[in-house]
Amino acid sequence: MNAKHSTLIGKLSLLVVAMFAFGYALVPLYDVFCEITGINGKTASEPVSAEAAIVDTSREITIEFIARPNQQMPWIFKPEVRRMRVHPGEIHVMNYLAENPTGQAIVGQAVPSVSPGQAALFFHKIECFCFTQQYLAGGNDMLMPLQFYVDPALPSQFSTITLSYTLYDVTSQWQPGQQNDSAKEFGE
Amino acid sequence: MSTVTTADHHDAHHDHKPTGIKRWLFTTNHKDIGSLYLLFALAMFFLGGAMAMVIRLELFQPGMQFVEPQFFNQMTTMHGLIMVFGAVMPAFTGLANWMIPMMIGAPDMALPRMNNWSFWILPFAFLILIISMFLPGGGPDFGWTFYAPLSTTYSNDSTALFVFAIHIMGISSIMGAINVIVTIVNMRAPGMTWMKLPLFVWTWLITAFLLIMVMPVLAGLVTMVLTDKYFATSFFDAAGGGDPVLFQHIFWFFGHPEVYIMILPAFGIISAIVPTFARKKLFGYASMVYATASIAILSFLVWAHHMFTTGMPVYATLFFMYTTMLIAVPTGVKVFNWVATMWRGAMTFEVPMMFALAFIVLFTIGGLSGVMLAIAPVDFQYHDTYFVVAHFHYVLVSGAVFSLVAAAYYWLPKWTGHMYDEKLGQLHFWCSVISVNLLFFPMHFVGLAGMPRRIPDYALQFADFNAFISVGGFLFGLSQLIFVWVLVKCIRGGEKAPAKPWEGAEGLEWEVPSPAPYHTFDTPPQVK
Ligand SMILES: [Cu+2]
Repeated sequence: MNAKHSTLIGKLSLLVVAMFAFGYALVPLYDVFCEITGINGKTASEPVSAEAAIVDTSREITIEFIARPNQQMPWIFKPEVRRMRVHPGEIHVMNYLAENPTGQAIVGQAVPSVSPGQAALFFHKIECFCFTQQYLAGGNDMLMPLQFYVDPALPSQFSTITLSYTLYDVTSQWQPGQQNDSAKEFGE
Repeated sequence: MSTVTTADHHDAHHDHKPTGIKRWLFTTNHKDIGSLYLLFALAMFFLGGAMAMVIRLELFQPGMQFVEPQFFNQMTTMHGLIMVFGAVMPAFTGLANWMIPMMIGAPDMALPRMNNWSFWILPFAFLILIISMFLPGGGPDFGWTFYAPLSTTYSNDSTALFVFAIHIMGISSIMGAINVIVTIVNMRAPGMTWMKLPLFVWTWLITAFLLIMVMPVLAGLVTMVLTDKYFATSFFDAAGGGDPVLFQHIFWFFGHPEVYIMILPAFGIISAIVPTFARKKLFGYASMVYATASIAILSFLVWAHHMFTTGMPVYATLFFMYTTMLIAVPTGVKVFNWVATMWRGAMTFEVPMMFALAFIVLFTIGGLSGVMLAIAPVDFQYHDTYFVVAHFHYVLVSGAVFSLVAAAYYWLPKWTGHMYDEKLGQLHFWCSVISVNLLFFPMHFVGLAGMPRRIPDYALQFADFNAFISVGGFLFGLSQLIFVWVLVKCIRGGEKAPAKPWEGAEGLEWEVPSPAPYHTFDTPPQVK
């Protein structure tokens, strides 16, 4: 094979490898892109510090809470109230009830989603049970708190924000290091 | 005596080839490999077509008559996979193998051994895919787009075979594409400058780059599906922090350029046939080259038009809507150039020209329904309905497949040394062009009325249209048997074809005798 062919084949093979890597790079790129733009309804996966935001009393935002366990997740999982009216800037606490009706311990992970997606950037969580995995012994229940506020900079076209949690069974990936730091277990 | 041996030796160099199966297994000759690709594609076309017949049989009447819903889903999935990866793509690769070296005055493809490999792994890929249908639980049934979580959480173990098969097909296409690029870049005859290249060569060069850019992304995607399913990764699983919508982004990043992989070489074929039978030079050669390149570049910026209903933000929707519509501009340039080429030409209407003309009309219909689908607000209504099915079958069947058939008729005299039977060819054309419209045109209407795709049963008001569509489908399937008849007849004999059977044809491939000798352009021609 002549040298002219080899150099070209080398370059083209490099392109093939680069494009294969690019396919995988799309995964983190997608996450970063969604985090920066706030599209896709993904909220931040880390808590924000509670800044003393100015409360905007001139308007009220309706927050709707949806919670559902995934099909393979046997927990009962629901919000304490279905909807709440808040002023932007006010800090609120909302509790979610989780109950494990089965005989053995199960670890859950809640995954949040905000609709409309563009409002996700303006929904801040100071504390959330969704930041960590939640351990619950069989037959027990617990309250899982969420502390949040709506950014006063929320554009005026949004009057309702829906926060939805899907709870997944992640017992197989349980890391005992990070136990329920946010949930108060009661019962027993 | 010694002079005789030298003469023998010389002949041997030219015509010696192993006979029987060995000739085909070990061949590194571009013409042999081209024929293998074309025959394989034809076989897959009939296999995928048989599956389409099963689909149309079940949809002939509302209610479930012949197959189980899960088998129906396997049929739609396998039909798509086989037609895309088994029929259309290998057929274009076969044409590339046969024609590109002859068109640029090269003795063979640049990498003949790799060429042999890229063909011979292909039958194994499809064997694996077809075998998976006979395993317990059945074959892939998640649609050719294999969206997660259908292909991850809800699929059966045939998915592993599916992934393996796609990997092999991908490797085959990438090797083929590298071969095409190296051949075109390094092996052009002296004087064959870039802007003298036939458009079929140009479009294939650009297609090969598209293949190299997106087939690795597809390979990565199926690997992610495999690890999500079997190795506890969660690329597409929300429970582990993944996102099923990400699947669609990666898939369509591959998928949209893929549709141009299946249509750009078709543009090249039409750009060869129309000037021949209009007996005029192609109108706007340079603009054709630039239009092809712009379509290829734009194809990387439009993928999310398949995802308008996933809930994208308005500005992203607008971006993808406008870039998609922008593609209509270079595509329109091509259509106008073909029409301008025919303008005041001395036209004759042999079978290749008939298929090329049908391509121009019907592909444009498919293009227009594509523009309709690009309009985001109305796409919410059309999404996942038969309107989409109508759209992509117009561009792929009466587009890509018609161009392939046109190419076969156009170059058959060069390949076989015989003229095909013109009467039978015309019969094949008229049967095909009428039935293809009976088959796909009413799909627009049922789609607009709300009939969803990939569903084995439907509401009663769609019954008449579906019966009609199915009849069109059976007729189209039967019409293709005429094509096989023409091919067999032409390979076995027929009127002797001259080196240049078409009066208005231009290009190096017409300067070698018909049938093209086993080795052509051992000494490169001088292109003026
Ligand atoms: Cu597309």
